[in-house]
Order: sequence, then C-alpha cells, then structure tokens
Amino acid sequence: MYKNETKVAQIGNRSETQTGTVNPPVYFSTAYRHEGIGQSTGFDYIRTGNPTRKLVEAAIADLEGGDQGFACSSGMAAITTILAIFESGDEWIVSRDLYGGTYRILEQGFKKWGLSSTYVQTHDVSIIEQAITEKTKAIFIETPTNPLMEETDIQAVAELAKKYNILLIVDNTFYTPLLQRPIELGADIVIHSATKYLGGHNDVLAGLIVGKGKEVCEQLGFHHNSIGAVLSPFDSWLLIRGMKTLALRMKQHESNARELASFLKNHANVVDVLYPGRGGMLSFRIKKEEWVNSFLQNLNLITFAESLGGVESFITYPATQTHADIPEEVRFSIGVCNRLLRFSVGIEDVEDLIKDIDQALTRLSSEA
Amino acid sequence: MTKEHNFSFETKLLHNEHKYDPTNGAVSVPIQHASTFHQHSVDEFGKYDYGRSANPTREAFETVIANLEEGTNGYAFSSGMAAISTAFLLLSQGDHVVITEDVYGGTYRMVTEVLSRFGIEHTFVDMTDLTAVKQAIRPNTKVFYVETPSNPLLKVTDIRAISEIAKSVGALTFVDNTFLTPALQKPLLLGADVVLHSATKFLSGHSDVVAGAIVVNDPDLAKQIGFLQNSFGAVLGVQDAWLVLRGIKTLSVRMDFSIKSAIQIAHFLQNHPSVKKVYYPGLTNHPQYELQKEQSEGAGAVLSFELESEEAVKQFVELTEIPVFAVSLGAVESILSYPAKMSHAAMPIEQRLKRGISQSLLRLSVGLEHPDDIIKDFSAALETISAKNQGEIVR
Repeated sequence: MYKNETKVAQIGNRSETQTGTVNPPVYFSTAYRHEGIGQSTGFDYIRTGNPTRKLVEAAIADLEGGDQGFACSSGMAAITTILAIFESGDEWIVSRDLYGGTYRILEQGFKKWGLSSTYVQTHDVSIIEQAITEKTKAIFIETPTNPLMEETDIQAVAELAKKYNILLIVDNTFYTPLLQRPIELGADIVIHSATKYLGGHNDVLAGLIVGKGKEVCEQLGFHHNSIGAVLSPFDSWLLIRGMKTLALRMKQHESNARELASFLKNHANVVDVLYPGRGGMLSFRIKKEEWVNSFLQNLNLITFAESLGGVESFITYPATQTHADIPEEVRFSIGVCNRLLRFSVGIEDVEDLIKDIDQALTRLSSEA
Repeated sequence: MTKEHNFSFETKLLHNEHKYDPTNGAVSVPIQHASTFHQHSVDEFGKYDYGRSANPTREAFETVIANLEEGTNGYAFSSGMAAISTAFLLLSQGDHVVITEDVYGGTYRMVTEVLSRFGIEHTFVDMTDLTAVKQAIRPNTKVFYVETPSNPLLKVTDIRAISEIAKSVGALTFVDNTFLTPALQKPLLLGADVVLHSATKFLSGHSDVVAGAIVVNDPDLAKQIGFLQNSFGAVLGVQDAWLVLRGIKTLSVRMDFSIKSAIQIAHFLQNHPSVKKVYYPGLTNHPQYELQKEQSEGAGAVLSFELESEEAVKQFVELTEIPVFAVSLGAVESILSYPAKMSHAAMPIEQRLKRGISQSLLRLSVGLEHPDDIIKDFSAALETISAKNQGEIVR
C-alpha cells in the first residue's frame, strides 16, 4: 500500500499497456465499436464510461479510501447528482455555515421537489441529534466550514449517522484526502469541488464523488449516468495533471497559511483570524466595513476573485461573492458579516504575500 | 451586426459575432481555461466571475446555437442528458408531463425513474395522435415533451399543433431537435418554448465530444434556465465547447451529404426483399411525409429498418463492414445501432415491444462515406444472410 504522495504522482501511469505511455491518453471518442451484439469492450458510450475519466475516478476513490469514484462537470453537479438518490419527503441535515451554491440548490431547487433541509451547527453532535426526525435521510457537512473554518468531528457525526441509519456526506474540498479522509472516519459519501485544490491551477471546473458501500455506489452510478452531468475527457486529464502535484502544493499552501495567520493576528487593522491550524484556507475580519473595497483595490499581488485552492493567492469577499445567495439576516446570524474576507493562500513566496497584505492594510489607516 | 442576421443559415455557421477575436483578430475562438476571473471592485463585478456561471468560450457556443435556432438565449451542458435534466428542473413536485412514447431511452429513464421520485408525474402518448395528446392533459400538466422525428421509429410530431395545445392549457413545449438540428428544423419558430440538443450528435458530428444545449426565446424562461444551469452546474467544459463550435462550421455540408445518402439507402432497403420495413420520414409512404416536408427542410440522416428476425440482425451486424456498430449517431462515420440493447436498453422489454421497438429493428445514422459503398456493403450482407437461411431450409 503506497502513501498518498506516491499515489498522486503515479495517477494514470501503467494504465496503458500497448505503448507503455507514462502519461495517459485523452480518449475523445463518444462511442465504442462492438464486435457483435452483446460484445462490449466495457466501454459503450462516453457518458456511461470513458477511459480517461475512469482513471481520475479510480484515483480519487483510492485516495479517499472509498469503493468507487464519479467525476462530474462541476462541484455543484456532484452535489446535485447525490441529491438525485433521495426523493420527495426526505430531509437533510446540513452545516449551517455552508457554501452559498449548495444552499441555493437546496433552497431554490430541491425544496421544490419536496426535499427539505435543516441547517445546524455541526461542531456539536447533540445539536445534530436534536434535529434528526423520522424523515432524515442524510447529514451533509462541510469541514472545515466555508468561510468560518470551523471543524466538525467527522467520527462522532458518523457514529450518530449509523445509529439512526442515515447517510453521512462530507464535502472534503478544503482539506483534500491528503489532510482528511472522511470515509475512513465513517462517512458514506465524500464530495469535492475538484476545481479547487485537486485541480489546483484555476484552469478546470470539475466535481468528484466517492462512495463507500455497494448500494450507495450503485445508486450514484445510476444517477451519474442518467443525469449525465459528467466530466469531459480533457478536463479529466487536466485534473489528473493537477493532482500529480497535490501533495507538494498542499505542503506549501499550509506552511504559507500558518505564517499569514500569525501575521494577520498581530496586525492592528485586523480583528479576527479564523484558521483551524491546517490547510491553506483562512478567513479574517478587518476593522471597518468601509475599508473592504480599498483594501481589495490596494492589493498588488493577491487576486480578488471567487474560487480557491489554486496556486495563485485569492481573496474573496463572501458577502457578495460565494455567499451572495444566502439571505443577509441568515448570513449575519452565522457570522458571515460584511467585514469578513476569505483568503486562499497560494504557493508564492510567503514574504511577498505578507508584504502585499501589509501594505494594503497599512494604507487603510493612513487613508482614514 | 444587423446585416449578419440577413445571412442564410449556411453562412451564419461561419460568420457570426465570434468570427474573429476582438483583441488580436484570431479567427478561431480562444479556449479560456480560467475557472475564475479577477475582480476590480467589491461593488461592481465584471461580466465573468466564476467559470461555472459564465465562460467566454462556452458563451461563444451558447450565442451561436441560440442564433442558429433563432432563439434569444442558449445554454451549454456537459451532455444531452444534462441539458434535458436541467430543463426538467423547471418543474415542481406535483407537476405533470405529457411525453412522446418512443422517446430516447435515457429520457425515458429520467422521467420514469428520477422525476417520479420527486413527485413529477408523466403520461406517455403517441404524439402523432392529437386526440390522445389532448386526452392525456391533466389540470397539473406543465410540459409537453416532443422528439421529432422520434427515436428510433422516426415518427413525426406536428410541433405547431402540440405548441398550440400546450399554450391553451398554459404549459410549455419542449422539443428535442437532436435528429434534425436547426439546419433542417427550427422548433421555436413553430411555437415551441424550449429546444433541446444532444450536441454530441450532428451539431458536433465527429464522435469526439459529449455535449448538450438548451435554447429559448423568452426572457423569463431564459432567466430560469440560466439560474438552473448555474445552480446545478452541469455545464460544458471549455475545450468541449470549442470542439462543438468547430463541428458546427461544417454542419450544413455534412447534413446535406448525409441526407442525400440516407434517401438512397432508404430506397435501397425498401426495395430489398429481406427488409421487412423501413422507417424514414423522407420516404413518400411514411405516414407523416407531408407534415415532415411542411415543418422542416429535410428528413434527416437517421433511419431505422426491420429485418426478418433477431438472428438476421445478428448476422447483419457481423457481416457489414462499413458502419461502426455502436451507440450514438450523427457522426461523420455511419453508425449502426441495435435499439433493443443500446439506446433503448433502459426501457423494459414489454414497453419496448408495445412501442414497436422490436428485437429485429436496427437504426442507421448515415455518415459521410460514399452511399454506393454503404449500399454495396448492405447488399452483400443481406444476400449472404438470405443464402444462408435458404441453405438451411433446403437441408
């Protein structure tokens, strides 16, 4: 059994025997020739199965310790594919502090089809337990949460889920299997917006699902094919290419994030720093709301953009970007205020990042 | 720009607002891989912020397909089924769909096994029978779902008549236009509300990309589909959007050639003693031949035919050398499919037989090979089969 660092570097190697190609080919073919009726090569139609996509699906299943992987055209497509295994009347319990896109598909999408969601703080298992009803079919958690960076005890939630015979779904986008493997802690399904750390270069939109257990995998496979929100062969290949450096990148993201967290904590114009101590994501609140725009415009190196997990550092303003679809009163009540900024720390030299943040923050008080 | 709207369809395929890049003059749309875009102010975001919501390369394909279908807005998806699934997301629990009975197996599966679990009801009808369509209407009917010509029996539905029925009860008409493409049929001009495509097929045409599209011509519907596309996120990858755009440039020449061949092949099959029946709306004895001529500019390049037996089908598949035996259609290569085990495998056998999709039915998507070669190939295969069968009878 190889370590994850070895596994990611080796994705796709030895997958092809005819030429010995080290880098797997991109199979664009939509259809596969059959020798005769009932004589399939295992591949029939691109939506159902594609050799390039299959490599990334097998790789993520292996990295996460699950049974089967499914690659989707975006992280949201992965979530919708999972939602399709449920039905009208079912209920979900969901992390209260949640990516806005997930909140939107639950509230403005699946609610219409009779699937309702209850939002709770998931760091306390007793709160989750209180929310469970007869109709609860799944618990969906993000850990750490986005953007408040609160960690949930996956193992404790998994035990609770087993007790009530409920599926546990964990969004592992922020930590990746390099830092956290929810299935090993008892989760049934893991999802990723692979656009983020797994892809890592801000050049591909992708989602991944990993299932554990025969029944769950069969259901996911059925809907993956039926709904058809699958990842294209080229994007599968780009994702594989990105994943090969995942281990290296995560180390750099994390060491930069640690230094930036302690720098920000000591800065006079910053009031809170939310960093769980691992990974490359942190959030912070600056002193005054009216400073936000100037701060972002003062940045020379760090990019003000939505998304995260890329080699380049990004700062995001959740209030108007990632969490714009969550009503203001809900947003405020959970702490996503108008002074909160989310920082996806890149792999640049950490001194350069600190210098950029420092000058942008310091100019605020001199301007005021 | 206004001038361009006067161009004929063939010219529009090549000359549209994306014919060259405004910054450097490149005549092929660049592939923009960026998943996110730099913003300059908290208060005002640029047109592009995140790749799922909008991407310039995908947008180029979306505007082109909208323009070709004469709609206002186009949306690109990661597969035809992703487009169809997203369109169905317009519905709510308790709604009802009236749908073509010999619909593509994947759509059948979506309606019967997915929508039904979210409380969306359906009735399958023969859409060529308008009385049956009217009888299927319920107070909660919200969508009429049409495939014309249908798959695999090539039945032709009167889009205008269905749209009128739908409008009279305040429902929407969805038309899957995969088989004909806007080169031959423009459902929005006939009254449809939502046009769907598996762009994997004729639009791309090269068996090298899986893609789907939706086109609408109503601002309110556009807003709803745009919201669902972004929320669900089953969007088309940028390289694939570029491949579809590349395929579309030759859509008309490919269609013209394949249709001419299809007509020749249909006639050949119809006159062959070993062929029981040919389904092709370009044949004068097709029940909706006149309707097809009236609502579209050609019968398309897909036909189905029935041989004597399942055994004959098996032999035919093994004996023919030109068409690839595979699922899918609408490619430069001719593709022979066996609906019972391929496109319609998701439909239970009794449902299949009820619809006339027998065990001896084959579907042919005519490609760009010379039609004489295909006819020669088929002729030799059919001859061998009948000689073999006669030999067996003699023994």
